[in-house]
Amino acid sequence: MGQTLAQKVYEQHVVRRTEGEPDLLYIDLHLVHEVTSPQAFDGLRAAGRTVRRPDLTMSTEDHNVPTTNLLAPIADPVSRAQVEALRTNTAEFGIRQAPMGTRDQGIVHVIGPQLGLTQPGMTIVCGDSHTSTHGAFGALAFGIGTSEVEHVLATQTLTQRPAKQMSVRVDGELPLGVSAKDVILAVIAEIGTGGGQGHVIEYRGSAIEALSMESRMTICNMSIEAGARAGLIAPDETTFAYLQGRDHAPSGEDWDAAVAAWRELRTDDDAVFDREVVIDAASLTPYVTWGTNPGQGLPIGAAVPDPASFADESDRAAAESALAYMGLTAGTPLREISVDTVFLGSCTNGRIEDLRVAAELLRGNHVAADTRMLVVPGSVFVKQQAEEEGLDAVFTAAGAEWRGAGCSMCLGMNPDQLAPGERSASTSNRNFQGRQGKGGRTHLVSPAVAAATAITGRLTAPADLQTAGA
Amino acid sequence: MDAFTTHTGTAAPLRRSNVDTDQIIPAEYLKRITRTGFEDGLFVAWRTNEPDFVLNKPEYADASILVAGPDFGTGSSREHANWALLDGGYKVVISARFADIFRNNSTKSGLLTVVLPAADVEALQDACETDPTLAVTVDLVAREVRWADRVSGFEIDDYTRWRLLEGLDDIGLTERHLGDIDAFEAARPAWKPRTLA
Ligand code: SF4
Repeated sequence: MGQTLAQKVYEQHVVRRTEGEPDLLYIDLHLVHEVTSPQAFDGLRAAGRTVRRPDLTMSTEDHNVPTTNLLAPIADPVSRAQVEALRTNTAEFGIRQAPMGTRDQGIVHVIGPQLGLTQPGMTIVCGDSHTSTHGAFGALAFGIGTSEVEHVLATQTLTQRPAKQMSVRVDGELPLGVSAKDVILAVIAEIGTGGGQGHVIEYRGSAIEALSMESRMTICNMSIEAGARAGLIAPDETTFAYLQGRDHAPSGEDWDAAVAAWRELRTDDDAVFDREVVIDAASLTPYVTWGTNPGQGLPIGAAVPDPASFADESDRAAAESALAYMGLTAGTPLREISVDTVFLGSCTNGRIEDLRVAAELLRGNHVAADTRMLVVPGSVFVKQQAEEEGLDAVFTAAGAEWRGAGCSMCLGMNPDQLAPGERSASTSNRNFQGRQGKGGRTHLVSPAVAAATAITGRLTAPADLQTAGA
Repeated sequence: MDAFTTHTGTAAPLRRSNVDTDQIIPAEYLKRITRTGFEDGLFVAWRTNEPDFVLNKPEYADASILVAGPDFGTGSSREHANWALLDGGYKVVISARFADIFRNNSTKSGLLTVVLPAADVEALQDACETDPTLAVTVDLVAREVRWADRVSGFEIDDYTRWRLLEGLDDIGLTERHLGDIDAFEAARPAWKPRTLA
C-alpha cells in the first residue's frame, strides 16, 4: 500500500521505533515565542540541561508586543517581563532571537516561511497551535505544549504516534472574490471543529494547486480550527519559486539536491486516506462566522440561523449560547450586521498578499464613519514590503490605522482589544468568546470581506461594492 | 509530574460543548512566567459574568473531577489550560471527545483525561447533578470510572498509562536513547536549514 505525503515526511523522521512505545520523531525546526517558553527554559535550568540544537531553533516576540510606540519600553509590566524573560533565556542558551522592530521579528508563523526556514519535507514544531501554517510547504508542522517545548529544546525530538490521514480535495475554480480564507471556513463549517480530530489533513485538488503560497498558508493555518493538528499541501513549482533566494533556502548544488528530494514528496496513487472530503470550488462564496466557534460559519448571503434548526442537541445549545453572546437574532441577514472594528492581520491573513487585496479595495474609498480599521502586518518585513509598495499610504488615506507587526488583536494580549459588546470583522482565526477582548464579538472573514466591510460598516462581500457602485 | 493511580472525589457537570482553551484560561493570564498559580484565571469569564455558572455553586467547590461536553480543550496549545485545571483542584477531566493538543498536554502535565461514551458522560452528569456529594472513582489501573452502581471502562494506551502510573519524566526517558538521536543526526542531509550561521 502506498503512503500519503504526511506519512512519508513522518517516516523520514523516525529516530526510534519499538513495539508498545510511541515513536521518537526528529524535529528539523523549533520556533519559540515568549508566551509558551518561559516555563520550559526554567525546566531546563532546574534539571541542568542545555539546548541540544540551538542551530535548529529560532525565536521571536509576537504575542505580547504592542503595535504602537515601538521604540518605547513595553508599557504593561507583565508583558514586558515575559518578553524580557525570552531575551534572557535565548541569550543564555544561545538561541537566535528577533527582537521587536527588527526585520526578522513578527508572528512566528510568518517569519519562518519568510526567512526560508520553512521548507518541504521538514518536521516543524512550535508552542503554538497554528504551527500547522508551515504545512503549506509540504512540511509536517504542528503545535505543542510547554512540556513538549522543553522536550524538544533538550533532545530535538518528540514522542509521537502516527496520525490518521484525511484528504480534503477542492477541485475547480474559485469564483472571483472568493479566497483561501473562504475555502477553509467552508471546510470547517462542513466537517465541524472536531472533524479533523486525530488526523493530519492533506489539501489537494486543482483549486488548491492554483493557490499562491500565502493562500496555501491561510488554509493550512486553520487546520487546527477543524480539529486537526496538522494540515499540509504537496510542494510544487509554486513552492520552489517562493523559496528560491530566501535567506535560508539552499543554493547552488544544495538547491538541486533539495528540489530533487522535494519532488518525491507526493501522496502515492494507491495511498489510502481514513477520511475524504470533497468540495466544489465553484460552489463557494465568501464565508463569515456568526457564532463563537469557527465551525459556526455560513455564506455571507445567508441569515443568522435559528438554533431550533439544528438536529443535534449539543449543536442547538451551542447555537443558542452563541447567539446570546454575539447579540444576534435568528433570521437577521448576515449582511445587515454592523461592526465597530475591522482587524486585518494575524498569522492567518497578515501576509503581503492579504494586505494587497485589502488595499486594492480600499484605494479611493474610505472606512465608514463609525468603524475603525486596524491593519497589522504579520512581520516587520511584511510591513517594510507594504510600505515600499505604498500600501500604508492607501490604508491611512482610507482612514485605517497602520500599525507595527505582531499578533495584536488576534488574541488581545497587547493593548489592541475589543471593548465589551464591541463587534469586529476579523481576518484572524478564532471567534471564541472574549478572544479579542473581554465581551468582544468576533466575525471571522477574509481580507477582501474585511476591506469591503470597513467601507460600508456592515458585513459586506467585495462584489457588493461593485453592484452598489461604491 | 505526580504519579496517578486511582482517584476518588466528587464531580462537577459542565454541560457545554467546544469548551476552548480561551474559556479555560484567557490570554491575559498567560503573561506569567511561572508554572503555578493559574487558578484565578480558570473559567474566569464564565465565573464572573454568569452568576449561575455551575462551578460557582458551593456544592461543586471541592469537585476534583470535571465532566464536560464534547470537544473539550479546542483552540490554542497553551498548557496553561491544563495547569489552571490542576491549580483549580481538578485531577481528572471526563468528556466524550477532547482536542488533540489538550489531551496530549494532559499526559505531560499529570492531568488525567478520560474519554467515555457520550451516553455515559451524560449519565454521570445527571448523577452528580442529582447528588453533588456522589463519590466518583477514576481508576487508571483498572481503566474504569465508577460511581454508584455504574462502571464505565475507558481506553488508554499501555505506554501512556505506564508513564502516568509511574509519574515518569518524558525527557529522562528520551535521554536513554541519545545514541539513536546521534545516529539520526549524522545521516541528515547537509542542506537542511540552520538558524545560526
Ligand atoms: S496571530 Fe493569533 S493565532 Fe497566530 S500566532 Fe498570533 S495569537 Fe496565535
